[in-house]
Formats: sequence, C-alpha cells, structure tokens
Amino acid sequence: MTSPTNQPPERKDEKVIMDAGDISRAMVRIAHEILERNKGVKDLTLVGIRTGGVHLAHRLVKRIQSIEGVQVPIGELDITLYRDDLALRKDQPILRKTSVPFDMTNKVVVLVDDVLFTGRTIRAALDGLMDLGRPEEIQLAVLVDRGHRQLPIKANYIGKNLPTSRDEQIRVLLEESGEDDRVVILKG
Amino acid sequence: MSLKRKDLLSLASLSADEITLILETADSFKEVTGREIKKVPALRGKTVVNLFFEPSTRTRTSFELAAKRLSADVINFAPSSSSVVKGETLLDTARNIEAMQADIIVLRHSSAGAAETLAQGVKSSVINAGDGWHEHPTQALLDLYTIRQRGMNFQGLRVAIIGDVSHSRVARSNIYALIKLGAEVRLVGPPTMMPCGVEKLGPKVYHHMDEGLRDVNVIMMLRLQLERQGRALFPTIREYSRLYGLTAERVRLADAGVIVMHPGPINRGVEIAPDVADSLSSVILDQVANGVAVRMGVLYLMSGANS
Repeated sequence: MTSPTNQPPERKDEKVIMDAGDISRAMVRIAHEILERNKGVKDLTLVGIRTGGVHLAHRLVKRIQSIEGVQVPIGELDITLYRDDLALRKDQPILRKTSVPFDMTNKVVVLVDDVLFTGRTIRAALDGLMDLGRPEEIQLAVLVDRGHRQLPIKANYIGKNLPTSRDEQIRVLLEESGEDDRVVILKG
Repeated sequence: MSLKRKDLLSLASLSADEITLILETADSFKEVTGREIKKVPALRGKTVVNLFFEPSTRTRTSFELAAKRLSADVINFAPSSSSVVKGETLLDTARNIEAMQADIIVLRHSSAGAAETLAQGVKSSVINAGDGWHEHPTQALLDLYTIRQRGMNFQGLRVAIIGDVSHSRVARSNIYALIKLGAEVRLVGPPTMMPCGVEKLGPKVYHHMDEGLRDVNVIMMLRLQLERQGRALFPTIREYSRLYGLTAERVRLADAGVIVMHPGPINRGVEIAPDVADSLSSVILDQVANGVAVRMGVLYLMSGANS
C-alpha cells in the first residue's frame, strides 16, 4: 500500500533534487550551524528575502526556537526596488512590502533565500538592509547554491551545493505556497 | 497585472484593476516613506520634469519629493521665467524638455486636455497633475489610498462629495474611480455648482446637505474657490457656509465611523468648521502624507512602462 501524497508525477524534463525530508534535514542542520557560529541567539535576527526566503526564514526561526527555546526576531525583505535590472525590464515587477519590525543596529542579521545564483539578488538585499539600519554583521543562508556567480558573494550556510548549467532552472517548491516540499531541476 | 501605459492622464481611462494596482504599489512606498532612510534607487538615472503652468506648492512639492525618494533627477520648470512668456507653445516647451532626456513630464495646466495633447506629442511619459476642470488623477488616487488605509472596502461604500463639483477636477477623478470600484457616490451642493447631466456618470445628486450626508462612510469636502465667488454661483459666503459648511452636528448624521477628507487648502469656517477639520475623524493630513507614497507608486509604474 502506498502512502497518500499530493506529489505530482515527475515531469520528463524535471528531476527532484531534494524531497521534503532532505529540505527538513537541511533546515535542521542550518539552524544548528547558525547557533554554533553565533554562540546562541544573543543579538541574532533573521530576514527572509521574498518570497521563498521568507518561508525558509520562518522555518529556521521555528527550528531555532525548538533548540534554544527562544524566538528570534524575523523580518521580510522585498528587494524589487534595489534590483539592477529595473530599467531593462519591459514590465514592472510586482512590489511587495518590506517588513523588518526590529532595530538591526548592532544585531547579527542572517539573510535567508531559497536559491543562490548570480548573487545579484543578494547584492540588492544587502543594499536594502543597509537602508533599514546598520547591522553588526550580515550572514547568508540559502537552501540551494547553484553556482554561476556574477558578483563576489558567498553563503555562510548552504542546504545543498548543486552544480548546474546556465540553461537549467532550479525551482524550490514549498508547502507555504501550496506545493509539496521539493527542489527540482528543469532542463532548459 | 501591470500598468502598460505610457501616460497617466485620467482615472476615467483606467480600469478598476489598474487603479487597484496603483494603490497596492503605493502601499509598498508607504513603507519606504516610514523608514529613517526614505530613499530607494528604483528611478536612478531617470529624469522627472515638473512642468507646472499653474501655481501649486502642495502637488509640485509632493511630486518632487516622490521623485527624489526614488532617486530620480528632478527639474522644476517655471513657465513664468521661461520662453513661454516669449510665446513658445506648450508642445514646443515640452519637446525642448524632452530633448534634454526627460523620462517623465508631470504637467499641471489650466486647460482641460493639455496633458493629453502633450502626451500625444512627446515620447516621454506624461503624468497629469491637474488639467483645468478635467481631472486630477493623483489627488483622487491619494484620496482612495487614504480610504483604503482606514480599512474601508470600496464595494458598497457610501461617499458624499460636497461643494463646487462643477469646477473640481479632484471631484471628477474621484467620481470616475469610486464608481468603478463599486462605491455609491453622492454629490452635494447648490444647483449652480453641479455639472449638467452628472447623474449619467452614476452619482446621486443632493441639494440638501443633511439628506446627502445621512449614513455616509466618507465625506469629501471640496475647496470653495473663493476666487470664483464673483461669478455669482451663490449669493454670499455666509449663506454658502450655512447651507453647505461641514459642522460637527452635520458629521453626526453620517455613519459613526465616518472619515472627513479635504484636498486642501482648507477655508476654515467656510466649507469646514475648524473643530471638524481638527477632529479625530479628519484624515486631511493623512491625505497629504499619502500623496508622496501614491506619487512614488505612479512614477515607479510609469517609469517601468516607459523602458
């Protein structure tokens, strides 16, 4: 007997790289790494980059709470206004609100995103954070690092290193967006 | 949903979805205006020209601040000290400005249709900042934003617009937008201040203020244009104030959670009593503050469509 699942059948051009268990284990490991590196939760804050990063940041906050018994402050960052390709786009990207309801001054901010690719999103996020305050330190946590950096940016915490070719697409699907948790690679 | 338009000339020409997109975009900019550093790089490298043929401090400053907070370069063009006094036409003035790589021209003009004429003649995006008695779309958008900010839903919302509707471009833009969004619009004022056949656009017309105010959720007062008083639209200011001035007593006829709006500048003691203008139900200063966020939203959306 098979267990009930909403998992859609894998498409021919799609390969599942991480399933729900892999994502969950990666989150647990990253939560421990964050606590180890920062020696606990003192001055620790998390900021997720909309949209996937926000979901993952909330998961990390829950994991950290289950380990330390403390809920660390969490913020949500929309980087649209800081993108370097706004003038090149034909359509306006949809703006979403930034909400960082705590003072970042002298705090350690762990920036969270789902996929690290060219590094341009993180560059924009760093600019956005700097406009909101002056953190003592900014660290970066990502679920997947797929390479192809165009800027000198490196993550501190990585769920999975995934060497890809430029024409492949990586999609992180999460329960919070109405999907089953999985990371898939699509051939270009 | 995106706003795929070169220009913002009127709310009559926008769909309900497009209006909602602008209000939602303004929401993001409201967050920016609440920050310590109220500036984002979205319009870096773009040039915005404020071309104001009519005097305006509030609207021009609001557009200027909005453009600067988006990191655009801003030029304020004052026709009184330019070649316009030497006989240059509006279109020639604008083409010269465009030749200086202006991306967006914000136009205020005393003639209805000036913004549209300009938009047809230049490649730059044109934003109408008030054209004659025609429309003033960004003022109406900030009114709508302020209503939404109070948690009110437009569907079924009862809005009374009170005063000189005939000469009010703000009222006209609001009528178009509110009806599109599903609100019930009541126009209140003397017959001499009501445009002929305005009922065809959808609003109900009232000449007795107490009737028009009953159970409304929003009261939008219009400025009594004292400079037009000489045109015999009403016998005396005192009589106008008695019949159409908003007093605390009249506010009580409206819904308990009513908000009072005014596009400014207000004539205290004429169209609005001082205690009403300063009351908790007054959102007049919110309107001014929201103006910057709404105009940031409009400039941002126009800039995207232009590229």
